[in-house]
Amino acid sequence: MNRHELDCRRLLCPMPVIRTQNRVAELAPGDVLAVTCTDPGAAKDIPAWCRINGHELLGIEQGDDELVVTVRVVADPD
Amino acid sequence: MSKQRKAVALISGGLDSMLAARVVQEQGVHVEGINFFTGFCVEGHTHAIRKQDEAKPKRNNALWVAEQLGIRLHIVDIVEEYKGVLLNPRHGYGKNLNPCLDCKVFMVGKAHEWMREHGFDFIVTGEVVGQRPMSQRSATLPVVADESGVGDRLLRPLCAQRLPETLPEREGWVDRDRLHDFSGRSRKPQMALAERFGFEEYAQPAGGCCFLTDATYSAKLADLWQARGDRDYDLDDIMLLKVGRHLRPRPHFKLVIAREEGEVKFLQGYRRQFTHLVTRSHAGPLALVDGKADAGDLELAARIVARYSQGRDAERVEVDVVPRGGEARTVTVPPLAAGEIPAAWHV
Repeated sequence: MNRHELDCRRLLCPMPVIRTQNRVAELAPGDVLAVTCTDPGAAKDIPAWCRINGHELLGIEQGDDELVVTVRVVADPD
Repeated sequence: MSKQRKAVALISGGLDSMLAARVVQEQGVHVEGINFFTGFCVEGHTHAIRKQDEAKPKRNNALWVAEQLGIRLHIVDIVEEYKGVLLNPRHGYGKNLNPCLDCKVFMVGKAHEWMREHGFDFIVTGEVVGQRPMSQRSATLPVVADESGVGDRLLRPLCAQRLPETLPEREGWVDRDRLHDFSGRSRKPQMALAERFGFEEYAQPAGGCCFLTDATYSAKLADLWQARGDRDYDLDDIMLLKVGRHLRPRPHFKLVIAREEGEVKFLQGYRRQFTHLVTRSHAGPLALVDGKADAGDLELAARIVARYSQGRDAERVEVDVVPRGGEARTVTVPPLAAGEIPAAWHV
């Protein structure tokens, strides 16, 4: 299991989701991706994307001006 | 047992595409969604910026729709490719800078590429004949199918009974009798169908889901092109057109002035890319300078920014002017009077 970071600061919805989606596609099942965002919408959108696509949401850390959404990559259900 | 057919549905986040996908799902077809991000989507952005919009749901409607439908959603960034559509629309613009027909042809064409790459059988859209003046007329629906290259693998479940039979119908992948015959601008049939499916909540954005249909936004984009002498843009340009008060006091520069706290926060993210101004002696907005401004221009800019600060009635206001990549200097200026800001400066 490897941990990866993705910087989505200043990006607005849906770019953090698109960047997360594209980065996750490059990672192996079990890898963890921590996505740092400034768009508060990411706190809903990335978890929704995880639910839809079967990836595991490990947590959301809410800071003053940014948040970190952590996702564990699950093998493609297909 | 017959093979389960697979359809990719264009999901905008609105009601029609949600219903269209459900109609096909209901017939046993495996559906996945595709959503295209052009940079001009109304979706999400403005909600995320303005403090006054904090109460509105900060959600991406396409994702939300996919979750309601229980389907996967693939969001595709087409910001760069979309320039070709917006800058040179073969079928021209609508009322504003909206190239709706070319846009639809492009998106269906991209969905067709995705369909072939992923072994899907057909494409579903929520189009309704007669619903939109440019892209959803009986004369233009065949143009979308032809020019996108998808041909008769494009199914419009909400109005299919008014259109020639498509491949999925002929092959029995879907039952034409269980498709619909909606037409025109009335939303009643869609609402009735939503009720039948148990969809109690759905997005119905007034004025559509694209900033290019908005007259004010289109005027700002046209102004940007004219000022630069080049019909080009990047993602930051089109984001900034959605934010703040835009004033062009001189042809070679404009100011983007935050109107409230949420916009200040958003514009702060651009401080390294732009010369910017912020009032020091009084509470006031952050303003970005877009273009090339000399010392005289920056003094004028400081007076304008002072006008929009709490010091608007003061004799003098201190304003920090921070050149791009340079050191801040403070200037002390008299704020412009209300009458000294001509209406023509407002973009």
